[in-house]
Amino acid sequence: MPHLLSILIWLPIASGLGIVLLGDRRIGAGRWLALAASLVTLILTVPLWGEFDTGTAALQFVEKLPWIPRFQAYYALGIDGISLPLIVLTAFMTVPVVIAGWTVIETRPAQYYAAFLIMEGLMIGVFSASDALLFYFFWEAMLIPMFLIIGIWGGPRRVYATIKFFLYTFLGSVFMLAALIYMYVKAGDYSIASLQALPLTLLEQRWIFLALMLAFAVKVPMFPVHTWLPDAHVEAPTGGSVILAAIMLKMGGYGFLRFSLPIAPDASRELDLLVIALSLIAVIYIGFVALVQQDMKKLIAYSSIAHMGFVTLGAFVIYEIVRATGSSHGAGMGLDGAMVQMISHGLISGALFLCVGVLYDRVHSRQIADYGGVVNTMPVFATFMVLFALANTGLPGTSGFVGEFLVIIASFRASFWYAALAALTLILGACYTLWLVKRVVFGAVASPKVAALEDLNPREFVVLGALALAVLVVGIWPAPLLKVMQPTIHHLLTQAIATKL
Amino acid sequence: MPANPMSLESLSPAIAEIWLIAAICIVLLVDVFAGERRRGLTPTLTLLALALGAALTVQYGEVPRRTLLFAGLYVADELGWALKLAGFLIVAVALLYSRSYLENRNILRGEYYVLALTALLGVFVLTSANSLLTLYIGVELLALSVYSMVAFDRDSGVAAESAMKYFVLGAIASGALLYGMSLIYGLTGTLSLSEIAARLHGPLQPGLILGLTFIVVAVAFKLGAVPFHMWLPDVYEGAPTSVTLFISTAPKIAYFALALRLLAYGLAGAVAEWSQMLAALAVLTLVVGNVVAIVQTNLKRMLAYSAIANVGFIVLGFVAGTPEGYSAALYYTLVYVLVALGSFGVILLAASKGFEADRLDDYKGLYQRDPMLALAMMVLMFSTAGVPPFVGFWAKLRIFQVLWESHHLWLVVIAAAMSVVGAYYYLRVIKLMYFDAPAQALPPTGRSTGVRFALGLNALAVLVLGLLPGPLLDLCARLIH
Repeated sequence: MPHLLSILIWLPIASGLGIVLLGDRRIGAGRWLALAASLVTLILTVPLWGEFDTGTAALQFVEKLPWIPRFQAYYALGIDGISLPLIVLTAFMTVPVVIAGWTVIETRPAQYYAAFLIMEGLMIGVFSASDALLFYFFWEAMLIPMFLIIGIWGGPRRVYATIKFFLYTFLGSVFMLAALIYMYVKAGDYSIASLQALPLTLLEQRWIFLALMLAFAVKVPMFPVHTWLPDAHVEAPTGGSVILAAIMLKMGGYGFLRFSLPIAPDASRELDLLVIALSLIAVIYIGFVALVQQDMKKLIAYSSIAHMGFVTLGAFVIYEIVRATGSSHGAGMGLDGAMVQMISHGLISGALFLCVGVLYDRVHSRQIADYGGVVNTMPVFATFMVLFALANTGLPGTSGFVGEFLVIIASFRASFWYAALAALTLILGACYTLWLVKRVVFGAVASPKVAALEDLNPREFVVLGALALAVLVVGIWPAPLLKVMQPTIHHLLTQAIATKL
Repeated sequence: MPANPMSLESLSPAIAEIWLIAAICIVLLVDVFAGERRRGLTPTLTLLALALGAALTVQYGEVPRRTLLFAGLYVADELGWALKLAGFLIVAVALLYSRSYLENRNILRGEYYVLALTALLGVFVLTSANSLLTLYIGVELLALSVYSMVAFDRDSGVAAESAMKYFVLGAIASGALLYGMSLIYGLTGTLSLSEIAARLHGPLQPGLILGLTFIVVAVAFKLGAVPFHMWLPDVYEGAPTSVTLFISTAPKIAYFALALRLLAYGLAGAVAEWSQMLAALAVLTLVVGNVVAIVQTNLKRMLAYSAIANVGFIVLGFVAGTPEGYSAALYYTLVYVLVALGSFGVILLAASKGFEADRLDDYKGLYQRDPMLALAMMVLMFSTAGVPPFVGFWAKLRIFQVLWESHHLWLVVIAAAMSVVGAYYYLRVIKLMYFDAPAQALPPTGRSTGVRFALGLNALAVLVLGLLPGPLLDLCARLIH
């Protein structure tokens, strides 16, 4: 199908604008339009996956139109093995968000759906842009709908949270923009391929690496620039938390893989310990922080930070592997693990936030203390919640296991200690997640509110069921996912361990 | 100096000015004879005159190449031509936005429109000046018209106070400009900018540097660069909003032209000196403008500091000292003017009889009162903050780009950091409009269909130019070369 990527980007955006035009009064039609648009987008990713050639690392589904001739900037799209799974994830996660808001959103519902659909288009744009300027364009534009989502439909401290979110991300991005322009001035155009091929001295690479890292680290988020995330998650409406955790965080990881490693390989090699150290701090320290949370959403937010630590660890441990063993053999596993972890975390954290949303819609509280014994009144829901919680702890058979396992094995090749420290997450993750489940789901019925709970309605069942299926499929049979990524990961590894000096 | 025989063809590049003078006389006369009862005549006639002027300029004013006219006092080139067209458009839109505001305050008088036209004439003279004398005449014509516009609401004490402040400080700046010009004239022996450009080379004499300093001070004052910005917030806040709209748009283009003709063209030989001075001013301007804007409670005053911050970016374009830099500054100026038109237009629409709508709190819950107005304002605020897909993003990007090309690492870092600070107060406006509930019962916003339509187009232009920035960028680059 020609222009498939363009359709994937602009179809949701156009539908979003259509819903705004329909307005709040005709929201019945608007809702169905939103559902139809998100489903069509999801279905369109099927030919994308089907026609994708898994034998090459070259960009596929390429589109190129002149955009700003003066800057040699093109409306250039194209995907490879690391963008394809993330695009599918984006399309997949938007559907539950639309369904989850069906009856819950009462204020300005038209804009709610419009914001999420426009976000979807922009996020797919980020993952499919092969021109750095276009990438940045989508990357920044995405802040606007998210800013409004948290600000309009968020909780009591939403204003603080959304402005903090915006400014943090904006701060990081502005320096990324400065670095991109610097490279443009040297390379003469904005195509990501020519930025990757641009020869840079070590000094230049260092600064570019740090500027890019600022942008991506805020987005991932890495310790110590993670503090916006718990606030944003707690205050955002359920749909906002889902998109934030499932996809927006992945953009940071995607940025490291797409930009930092290939553009500044020598600086990445030199500064890899910085990233690894920050990742391990995220895994361990943030794991402890998650343990003491009283708020379910906050707990999952901290758990997200800890899990995303695996992504950055997997991406940068490759240099330590080369250093320790002298060969790049097995280093690809780190990158594989980083990618699988991103997909898996997208599914699991999204599902967990939806579970919290299900409870919140009924009880209007996110405090763990307000719950207890939910299993007695909501057995079906409890099953799902326990499944997702176990996936979050990395239980074999779920997607959570694959990514963490790959990264830990790769770290082992580099050093026993990295692996040992990273593996602590298996304990910590189990502690905070299972303790959460124990306090919320199990035990005696804690309050009259819990006693009055009704189990999942069909709408919620479909949403959680689809996610549970995805978590299990990726966990039991990750081979297709790994196969799609394989040539790209191989190519990326060559780029990352080559030297530009 | 090229000898130009006075013929009709030789006058045609100055058609904009000639028509404007005629139009001023016509409007003045018609206004006198129309009397009090037919008040509506003058605004309509003025808009008609502006439209006709633009048409005449398109038809006859275009020059194939740069030509000097009137014994070298006046230069006709594509830049001047394009800026004049922009001037017609901007003033027409500004007057269109202002009408009901003026009506509500009983200051809808013919003189207001005449003053706007004479100010525009000053803008035109400035954009086409090729002599220190022409420049000065343009500056004074513009400034004197604007002083009187600020004081136009004669019953308002605040307006009179800001007009007085503006006048006194403006006079000092004019004095500085004149003094600097006289030094340059004394040392080069010519008033013509092209002659000065030809005679300035090699190391500068100390006297020239002194003259240059005075000129930089005057330009900085006119643009509102820190530390010569003190008049700007008071005037923006004190003047009637329609006048604030006016002074934040057309004169910005004129002062861009002033800086371009005087510094970048006439004093091109001293670029190393003045670009250093401007670099210091730009940094101060960015920091003070953005930081002080955060604590404002009055929207007009906040936008004044935002104007200062934006001037910092325009000055950064000049700091680069290259044609690319000047074209970036031109692009930034045009984009800023487009956004300023819209933002003050929103204030004018939100205001009504006895209600100025100039406090930030007046915008609480604007979305619930008037969704379209809130949407337009949101687009404009995101654009000034430099967030894609709006055009303000490209203006900032272009400035970053020319700074990198001219190797100003630290200026890039400071400008980047300050645009994050700036984002905060623009977001705050959006927060008030979208996230807060209306505080008290406020009078309804303006319902005039024409004005709302124009404002919608204005916001749409900000979006469309942001999605497809190529043509305007190319135009700006072509105009400078």
